[in-house]
Amino acid sequence: MEKITSPEQLKALQESIVAKRDPDKACVTVCAGTGCLAYGTQKLIDNFKKEIKDKKLEDTVSLRSSGCHGFCERGPIVVNYPDKTFYQRVGLDDAAEILEKTVANGEVIDRLLYEEPVTGEKITLETDVPFYNKQMRLLLAQNPEIDPVNVDDYLAVGGYQALGKALSAMKPEGVIQEVIDANLRGRGGGGFPAGWKWDATRKAEGDIKYVICNADEGDPGAYMDRSLLEGNPHSILEGMLIGAYAIGSSQGYIYVRNEYPLAVTNATLAIENARKLGLLGDNILGSTFSFDVKIVRGGGAFVCGESSALFASIEGRSGEPRAKYVHATDKGLYDKPTCLNNVETWANVPLIINKGAAWYQSIGTEGSKGTKIFALVGKINNTGLVEVPMGTTLKEIIYDIGGGIPDGREFKAVQTGGPSGGCIPKEYLDTRVDFDELTKLGSMMGSGGMIVMDDRNCMVDVALFFLRFLEEESCGKCTPCREGVHQMRIILERITKGKGKEEDIDTLQWMGEAIADGSLCALGRSAPAPVLSTIRYFREEYEAHIRDKKCPAGVCKALITYTINADCTGCRLCVKPCPTQAITGEKKQLHTIDQDKCIQCGACYEICKDAAIIVA
Amino acid sequence: MEKTIKSIIDRYEGDKGFLVPMLQDVQKELNYLPQEALNLVSSFLELPISRVYEVATFYQAFSLEPRGRIQMALCKGTACHVRGVPLIVDHIKRELDLEEGETSEDLEYTFETVNCLGACALGPILVVNGEYHGQMTISKTSRLLKKLGKESQKSEEGKS
Repeated sequence: MEKITSPEQLKALQESIVAKRDPDKACVTVCAGTGCLAYGTQKLIDNFKKEIKDKKLEDTVSLRSSGCHGFCERGPIVVNYPDKTFYQRVGLDDAAEILEKTVANGEVIDRLLYEEPVTGEKITLETDVPFYNKQMRLLLAQNPEIDPVNVDDYLAVGGYQALGKALSAMKPEGVIQEVIDANLRGRGGGGFPAGWKWDATRKAEGDIKYVICNADEGDPGAYMDRSLLEGNPHSILEGMLIGAYAIGSSQGYIYVRNEYPLAVTNATLAIENARKLGLLGDNILGSTFSFDVKIVRGGGAFVCGESSALFASIEGRSGEPRAKYVHATDKGLYDKPTCLNNVETWANVPLIINKGAAWYQSIGTEGSKGTKIFALVGKINNTGLVEVPMGTTLKEIIYDIGGGIPDGREFKAVQTGGPSGGCIPKEYLDTRVDFDELTKLGSMMGSGGMIVMDDRNCMVDVALFFLRFLEEESCGKCTPCREGVHQMRIILERITKGKGKEEDIDTLQWMGEAIADGSLCALGRSAPAPVLSTIRYFREEYEAHIRDKKCPAGVCKALITYTINADCTGCRLCVKPCPTQAITGEKKQLHTIDQDKCIQCGACYEICKDAAIIVA
Repeated sequence: MEKTIKSIIDRYEGDKGFLVPMLQDVQKELNYLPQEALNLVSSFLELPISRVYEVATFYQAFSLEPRGRIQMALCKGTACHVRGVPLIVDHIKRELDLEEGETSEDLEYTFETVNCLGACALGPILVVNGEYHGQMTISKTSRLLKKLGKESQKSEEGKS
């Protein structure tokens, strides 16, 4: 790779890469995101490689292992270019058949097509799949188009052109103004305007300034940052480069969870390749601007997603936050002016520079512009990454794109904003999702986790789940968070065990307010939100636990019993899995559960084919 | 051990800022962070042992105890939780007679729960020595444990 020394040369390189590629050549694209790899996709990729080599198809077929396509529910996923025939739940041994039938002869393999659950219609093209065509994929669109380890792929789709434009035609102040005009708000959770942060860092005194990409995606149930960083790492680098140029920084860091090994590998390789091309290093594209990026892996601490704790971690200390009366834009990492943005925020930057603030402003709502990627997970038919314009309703996301709730069960709530967020009930499904609307409902946007729950999920249990998480992840530095969350957890645990007291709900509420007021960092300040929002919308469920000693959803073990009803056919399937031998009954006769022996483990419920086990 | 640790520290040019990744690499080599290793890191970096210990005990990724040959990590992200992970946690605890985060005395099993792995379509997810097992149920867990039990017996026999 030769170093590129001017924006013109970058443009020429892009043109020569595109010219060398035949857009009509068959290209088998296999999704190699973490989700699909967990299905065993590497074997499928190896099989494709072997078949192409054995049959000497290299000249007519190319193979691309791409980043995450987002439709994780249906992995492994294969898309056949150029027509984009879409195959889902592909078998690991299906490579030969796809090459022979679809690639060589244009024949569609019926069993691999997506079937629309409601109409039963089989859909051939990716562009016709409702999960995709109801989204607006600005950031995720490139993932299927590029192999994240191949910088040529990124250049071919116009990569680094925004950097070229910024360096050749825009002043740093102009870049910042563009981002301010676009009203790009931070995608990590807070929604703070990124342009203002950039401006403050630029104006702060000091010759050394840092830009940081926060990829410590800790919210359980959210993985859009991972998919961007592992699927399109150069777009993040390009965003950081533009930010660094605007701010006047020469050193950047990507702080990434160690639990994301593929993101670490792909980002590391992207940095190396960008250095080789002269896109990182000294005098980038022949300008006076110099910048480099280092990767720091996290140590598995949720609090390190908080900016000041993250700085401490990069400095090699334990990740304890500090009070924010001095802003990071003045004194951040190593006490130098620092601009920290989340992965998705950085990914938006090249788009804004390429297409302009006016275009960006045209997407979204009054106060929230652009698109947002959500991780739609939990009790939902189409688990996956969903990118929609700000202002799309919860109902559109959950039903039109997500395909609704599995097994015909009833929607109960959707949890947004991770451990700092809240649970939104069905009355608010028409809410247009943006930063401000979710906050009004007592939840928040957060990084974009959207966990759907059905009638079999207990809201008290969900609140307890988040408090346990936060108690464990609290760094322990300030008392309201350390002791308060602990006490709230004890009260909630008591409620789930049927030992709740009448005054517990009130206690939880005032304690929650006190913790929110008194904690040092955002972790503590938002920690009570899951409890407060569930009390707000599901108070009757708390009361059922406390007064009636019942868990209406059938989750809290101390408050439920397993019984067998008359639908039992006596198949004996449940007898063996029962760890306490509590189930008795003759073959083809109604079985019974000995309540003294039953430990509510759920093994019988899960295995029963007649739905004869009743949890109440 | 001295050589291993020196080479890891050199990898980061002895930059104290990279203490967390250094300890990660040490743990990868040695399976856990023995006291001797922490002492060596401390003296090579000229950092007080208290600082190294503080970091090693703050982050969840580090273990000061040896870990088992079979490492089982169950995802307890929200998506996995609402899909029934608590019942699987109880099941594994009961079957292996281990609490979360514990290693069996014979160093065969380590069972831990981990924060969201971000492969929510496959939830509940159990990772065994790096291999993902998706959409776990109680009965699938039973079958997997049985298989692992057999394997561990076999390897025991192989040793003797």
